[in-house]
Amino acid sequence: MAPERPATQRVPRLVEQFERGLDAPICLTWELTYACNLACVHCLSSSGRRDPRELTTAECKAVIDTLERMQVFYVNIGGGEPTVRPDFWELVDYATAHHVGVKFSTNGIKIDPAVARRLAASDYVDVQISLDGATAEVNDAVRGAGSFATAMLAMENLRAAGFKGFKISVVITRHNVSQLDQFKELADCYGAQLRLTRLRPSGRGADTWHELHPTAPQQRELYDWLVAHGEQVLTGDSFFHLAPYGGPLPGLNLCGAGRVVCLIDPVGDVYACPFAIHQEFLAGNVRQPGGFAAVWRDSELFAELRGPQSGGACASCQFFDSCRGGCMAAKFFTGLPLDGPDPECVQGYGAEALTAADPATTPRPALDHSHRGGVRGRREPVPVTIGRRPQAPPAHACDENPLAGFPG
Amino acid sequence: MFDLDKPWRIDDRVAVRPEPFGALLYHFGTRRLSFLKNVTVLTVVRSLADHPTARSACAAAGVGSSALPAYERALATLAESQMITMRTS
Repeated sequence: MAPERPATQRVPRLVEQFERGLDAPICLTWELTYACNLACVHCLSSSGRRDPRELTTAECKAVIDTLERMQVFYVNIGGGEPTVRPDFWELVDYATAHHVGVKFSTNGIKIDPAVARRLAASDYVDVQISLDGATAEVNDAVRGAGSFATAMLAMENLRAAGFKGFKISVVITRHNVSQLDQFKELADCYGAQLRLTRLRPSGRGADTWHELHPTAPQQRELYDWLVAHGEQVLTGDSFFHLAPYGGPLPGLNLCGAGRVVCLIDPVGDVYACPFAIHQEFLAGNVRQPGGFAAVWRDSELFAELRGPQSGGACASCQFFDSCRGGCMAAKFFTGLPLDGPDPECVQGYGAEALTAADPATTPRPALDHSHRGGVRGRREPVPVTIGRRPQAPPAHACDENPLAGFPG
Repeated sequence: MFDLDKPWRIDDRVAVRPEPFGALLYHFGTRRLSFLKNVTVLTVVRSLADHPTARSACAAAGVGSSALPAYERALATLAESQMITMRTS
């Protein structure tokens, strides 16, 4: 994922600069906690339970100090549900007081009228309400019973408080792609801005992606809709794999992983992107000497991502220049080679490759903080956790045992 | 239209981060990101507040008359996105 679209026109030379990486990220995603009151079936971080190793308030503040020094303009705070951290508002205040803007994603659970008024008063805080259906039926099937009502109440509170231009953040699925106009109406009605992003097979999404991702005709429909709505709708640059349909969408149109964006997870691990929570994309931890700045600057993984990339099987495709092979995380968690086509390649090469991918060797998301058993608002256990409990505790960067990750 | 002969400055809510290619600009109010694509335009933008007009800021940064229209367009884009704003004095 790359930062929201720039206001000025793209220039190829600039994109090359970004591909080589910047001295500091333009923005980054920071999942503050794996704790969540919901259990969305496509959760990119397999959230649910708090991790006991979560960064402390003091450690979070030290990260913010670093971000201020590096002149990171803003952080996209997520989770889990970040607002359930008792120190959440303290951290938001600390960040904005230190010139680090905050854009946080929430299911709306804590956005009561008082909080909404407080948010509306700050230029430096932006809110993204997650909503994956324009109707309760479509939304709640993915996000859990009652989650539509929670989000709508939060939006109502924000509107009543006069918060202009908050974001309604939608992950596009097979079931909501036909609701694009309804989402837009909803956003307009609340004085909000619509933000559409791509469903990735990350976290619990690895188990649900095959059933939820848009079909090929739906992708085309989505592309045409995005072209028609241009700058009014944000995309977090996540649909650059659709560019071969007829030219780039507004935005950087490149994979920013480890180059201009990255992820800090709740325990301080730094990954190349929010959709790549796996050892393979782990660059370091903010608790290491030198903190986040050293990870960003010195990580071998990031150096590799900033180096020249081979187009592999895609290099001979006439559209390679526009899609750049698509999304690294989407390929990884569907078992496709990183230098081959994206699983949703609009030329159909991805679908072909998927039939050849071996599910037995397809990498699994590394961590699972899913709720065990039932969750409020769900009458039955979350289906996606069934049969995928790890055999052993997750292997970790700080685990020095060479047998880490091997059961027994 | 952008007026080169008026006094301009960077908006108070804009942060400027110099980069090898020029700079990144972020507006905390509109939450938009912009790029300055070379170091000369960065010099111009940063010195706007010290000059009576945008035209003189460009001249001081060494922008010749042939290059001026391109800089005028860049400044117009920045004004449109509220990255720079007209001064009252």
